[in-house]
Amino acid sequence: MKNLPLIFCGVFFTIAFSWTGLILTSQIQYGRLERATASEDETTLYPLQMSGAAIRGKDVYIAQGCLYCHTQQVRPRHQGGDIERGWGQRYTVARDYILQERVLLGTMRTGPDLADIGTRQKSDEWHYQHLFDPQLTSPGSVMPPFRFLFEQVPVGETVRMDAIKLPADYAFAPRPGFQWVPRQEASDLVQYLHSLRLNYNSPESRLEE
Amino acid sequence: MAISDPTHSSQTPEPGAVPPARAGQIDASLKTPVLFFFACAVLWLLLGSALGVISAIKLHAPEFLGNVEALTFGRTRSMHLNIVAYGWTFNGVFGISLWLMHRLGRVELRNGWVAILGGGLWNVAVALGIGGILLGKMTSVEWLEMPKEVAPLLAVAFLLIGTWNVVGFARRAPGHVYVSQWYIIAAMFWLPMLYCVAEMMILWFPARGTVQAITNWWFAHNVLGLWMTPVGVAAMYYLIPKVLGKPIHSYYLSIIGFWSLALFYNWAGVHHLIGGPIPVWAQSAGIVASIMMVVPVLVTAINFHTTTYGKENWRIIWNSPTLRFVVFGAFNYTLSSFAGSAMALREVNRVTHFTNFTVGHAHHGMYAFVAMVYFGAMYFIMPRLLGREWPSAALIKIHFWLTAGGIFFYVLVMSIHGILQGMAMNDATTPFLEISRNAMVWNGLRTAGGTAMTLGHVAFAVHFFWMLRGSAASRRRTAPTLFSSAVPVEGGAR
Repeated sequence: MKNLPLIFCGVFFTIAFSWTGLILTSQIQYGRLERATASEDETTLYPLQMSGAAIRGKDVYIAQGCLYCHTQQVRPRHQGGDIERGWGQRYTVARDYILQERVLLGTMRTGPDLADIGTRQKSDEWHYQHLFDPQLTSPGSVMPPFRFLFEQVPVGETVRMDAIKLPADYAFAPRPGFQWVPRQEASDLVQYLHSLRLNYNSPESRLEE
Repeated sequence: MAISDPTHSSQTPEPGAVPPARAGQIDASLKTPVLFFFACAVLWLLLGSALGVISAIKLHAPEFLGNVEALTFGRTRSMHLNIVAYGWTFNGVFGISLWLMHRLGRVELRNGWVAILGGGLWNVAVALGIGGILLGKMTSVEWLEMPKEVAPLLAVAFLLIGTWNVVGFARRAPGHVYVSQWYIIAAMFWLPMLYCVAEMMILWFPARGTVQAITNWWFAHNVLGLWMTPVGVAAMYYLIPKVLGKPIHSYYLSIIGFWSLALFYNWAGVHHLIGGPIPVWAQSAGIVASIMMVVPVLVTAINFHTTTYGKENWRIIWNSPTLRFVVFGAFNYTLSSFAGSAMALREVNRVTHFTNFTVGHAHHGMYAFVAMVYFGAMYFIMPRLLGREWPSAALIKIHFWLTAGGIFFYVLVMSIHGILQGMAMNDATTPFLEISRNAMVWNGLRTAGGTAMTLGHVAFAVHFFWMLRGSAASRRRTAPTLFSSAVPVEGGAR
């Protein structure tokens, strides 16, 4: 084993072996997986396509690094308490991710799982408050504030529908005559969160009753 | 088969062979490139640790730099990881591997300027990539956060640097090939293959769905396993027998260790996806490979710990800055690898997955093993390149105790907290916010551990540049800087 070509062959073989075994085999097994109907009498194909706003919102999610505290995967009952905790009515399977150009499974749960957040929390108002200052909705949370995704605009004649409702004597209250409203990024991000739903049956994993 | 001295000083060159260059000449040819890589590594280490501490503080004080978009947690954490990986560790690997490869091959480095050019490009590319993360161009793919546009620059830079290890190996003086050379040459081939495949299949031409995730963890785990670990193990195989002045316990075992590592580490990365939306057979393959990692680790552990065993050896280890760091690293290689195997078991993973336990484990491997061995190697190599000694034993002591103590405390805190966190998360009756609130105290302790390590790095950096500048204290010393002057100075015992 003294010469370079022989060592190189061994080194190349070991890495080619794992690449073939893990990645190429997976690609052959399910790299061309397609959308499917939830059951035989239905026509809607799942997973659904995301809206334009949700796709833009995903870019915000990626750029802010939400992934580092939030996973997007629900483990089966035998592998953790995810389903008991209400993070999804079924475990996630490979087919759920086939439309995603960037898969954001995550590996750390400093915050809760978001695979099904669109079903769990439907309120825009809650999301805006939570992003603006997590302490408003979730006292004691360790999530950082994302106030930079909001801006102050003059109140004018009417209060905007999406203006954040803040408590009295609040530390980050807007200037007098102004209101905090979400910038485009914040509203896109919320649309993305709404799009994360695990509310359909998949041929590989069915919703629990 | 048995080989006593990694430098083969006792061997006579084969008839007709070019006489091996003398150590001094080899060191002279390596001086500028290796010093360049080490200096870059140390500067990145300072920046990377600062960002680590900032990230840690954010986990118990969310308003700390809270409203600064460029420094939101997701970005500081990613900058921390990429700086310590691509900045500190890669530069460390480049410097250490070039030096080991040419010393063991007993040849001078020719065309060192190409390696320096590559090193310049590498560090510029990393700086651009970090800037990209700062400004929101992050990819959110773990271990590949830098914008994909810097990948070609990194690839070219790697080629300009890594090639010299291959050339150095090909040009080596005749004689036995030592196991350290195997590890280094393998790492030089593995890393570019891993990196190019991962960049292509995740960022440039994304594979469908979770095939990306499998590729991601095949890559990320193997950066540690097939790049940083081999060079760390290579350094240990060189430095432990060298400083102790005795042969490695069993050269035969080291060969088994090499091939079993090559075979099993490759497959282990999927354990990051246990319970995830990937085929169960792939998860099982990852679990099996992770358990099989016991083989190379046990073999290497037997070799290192048997070689270092003995009262006289311990005295040398305790007094040699190099060995104090390296043997600390060797112990933690064993410990963190066994912990890693255990964490892949489904029963354990059920609790530790998605918690601070994993983060603690990552630091156990990357720091308590890899970084500590690299520090030890730098303590050994620097005096040989500069022809002068480390100016202050006290600074080395401060460095050792702050980093060793800091990482021990950090891993302990993260492991205990991770288990508590995991058990609480699996118990649906505990509200999530309660788990969050309970984490604050633990995360505060974590910041304390991180701060200690960072202060240790400051001591190291001050010492490093003080020595580089050539202080009077460092020129005055004629004997190696040891922790106790009462110890008889042996051959190369620094």
